[in-house]
Amino acid sequence: MQIVFDNINYVYSSGTAFEQHALKDINLKISKGEFIGLIGHTGSGKSTLIQHMNGLIKASSGGIYYEGQNIYDSNYSMRELRSKVGLVFQYPEHQLFETTVFKDVCFGPKNLGLDKLEVELRAYEALKMVGIGEDLLDASPFELSGGQKRRVAIAGILAMRPEVLILDEPTAGLDPMGRDEILGQVANLHKEKGLTVILVTHSMEDVAKYVDRILVMNKGNLVMDQETRKVFARYKELEEMYLAAPQVTYITNELKAKGLDINTDATTVAEAKEDILKYINN
Amino acid sequence: MIRDITIGQYYPADSILHRLDPRLKLNGTLIFIISIFLFNTFYGYIAVTIFLASIIKMSKVPFKFIARGLKAIIVILLFTMTFNLLLTPGDVLLQVGFLKITRQGLHSALFMGIRLTYLILGSSLMTFTTTPNQLTDGLERLLWPLRRIKVPVHEIAMMMSIALRFIPILLEETDKIMKAQMARGADFESGGIIKRAKGLVPLLVPLFVSAFRRANDLAMAMEARCYRGGEGRTKMKPLRYEGRDGLAYIVLLAYLAVVIVISIFEDRLPVIL
Repeated sequence: MQIVFDNINYVYSSGTAFEQHALKDINLKISKGEFIGLIGHTGSGKSTLIQHMNGLIKASSGGIYYEGQNIYDSNYSMRELRSKVGLVFQYPEHQLFETTVFKDVCFGPKNLGLDKLEVELRAYEALKMVGIGEDLLDASPFELSGGQKRRVAIAGILAMRPEVLILDEPTAGLDPMGRDEILGQVANLHKEKGLTVILVTHSMEDVAKYVDRILVMNKGNLVMDQETRKVFARYKELEEMYLAAPQVTYITNELKAKGLDINTDATTVAEAKEDILKYINN
Repeated sequence: MIRDITIGQYYPADSILHRLDPRLKLNGTLIFIISIFLFNTFYGYIAVTIFLASIIKMSKVPFKFIARGLKAIIVILLFTMTFNLLLTPGDVLLQVGFLKITRQGLHSALFMGIRLTYLILGSSLMTFTTTPNQLTDGLERLLWPLRRIKVPVHEIAMMMSIALRFIPILLEETDKIMKAQMARGADFESGGIIKRAKGLVPLLVPLFVSAFRRANDLAMAMEARCYRGGEGRTKMKPLRYEGRDGLAYIVLLAYLAVVIVISIFEDRLPVIL
């Protein structure tokens, strides 16, 4: 197991009038190489949960283990953990600060104490991974387009060569083209480098297309932890939590209710098309 | 750390003081501040203490919470008191080496201590019981006559309320950017002063960029709603004096009268210090 959450609780501003129980008894196991989707409506505790994974927030009670080691041990290096568990925040382009794109991507690996050559090699490699061309290396990050900025910011995390990549709504506010590009590149990294990926998103279509396993958060509880199609089969429960299933799930269920004997666990349009064609040809 | 400073904070509670008109509270604070500088003997402070204590009681703000505001000025307070105690010339009470404590020194040190403490308690009580929006509203109305001499009263009040509104937003933003940079291995805590100052660049640059972006967005949003300054502008909730405000003004005037009477006659009473 790569990441293990053992009975994690987190309470905000405890002891004051503003006290809030943000995470309740979270138990969770994540293996190497998984592609996981984390969904839940606004304020359900998703962001709090992922910030525990690289130690930015310390749990009020419970233990977190990374590759078998307790990250709350006094001699555990948080900096090392943060280099292994890369966390890309929402709107990561807001954290850009350097004078050039290249220097900004160098910031992460430089903080790891690597020598200059290694730092530049990693930055170069990371920028290539996210598809930023060499002509942009010396541009100011503030001159880029929204999608480019975001890819540079993601490269800033990738340059640290993390083993786990957590993305908090990486496609919010991007056009469909930019969205597909970023998620496609992340999926490639997952396939080629065996990166563990945790994707926080509100788009069920994105989840259906890329993710093998879904975690559903509601009011600080982890209410579902199953493979993708099983979670979407429970779409009625999802709706009660102000979530939804992909549109395809609704169509196949509707068709079945009308008397068509087809599979309802298709999660993408392509899968549904296969199922429907199979039914028609029979 | 930033959250520990309680001066200027609003404390939500349901008390008569919270419901009073902000103009009254501003005027009352002014009268209170004047009253604590009126006296030269301790007799006056008896009246001031009774007044302050009953108002604190009425406000329903825990005294512990108010007293926390004093923490911020404790250094200044001790500093002033020590200097007054040791450097005032007069009748020597005690002499250790070249340091002498005089009767006049003791007197002014004690008075300075009381005055500063009451000043902070009184004025922070006003901000505890008045939301920033009410405060700027009240200020705007009180300063309204200054418009005749071309003071842009409405604009000043608007700037004040925008500035106050942005404090929590920028605090949150700072927290977010700090975490984002820490996720990239940034270290804001260790190292010498130069290393730490350098370490702030990745925090400050994005913070400034975001502050300007937000300012721009806000200006655009105000313009889109045809904001054009105070000319001919009306309020959705105009300030109106209620019965309780009239009563409070009477109490305030009574307090003022008592204070003035004491300050006239205090010289005829026996001297304590």
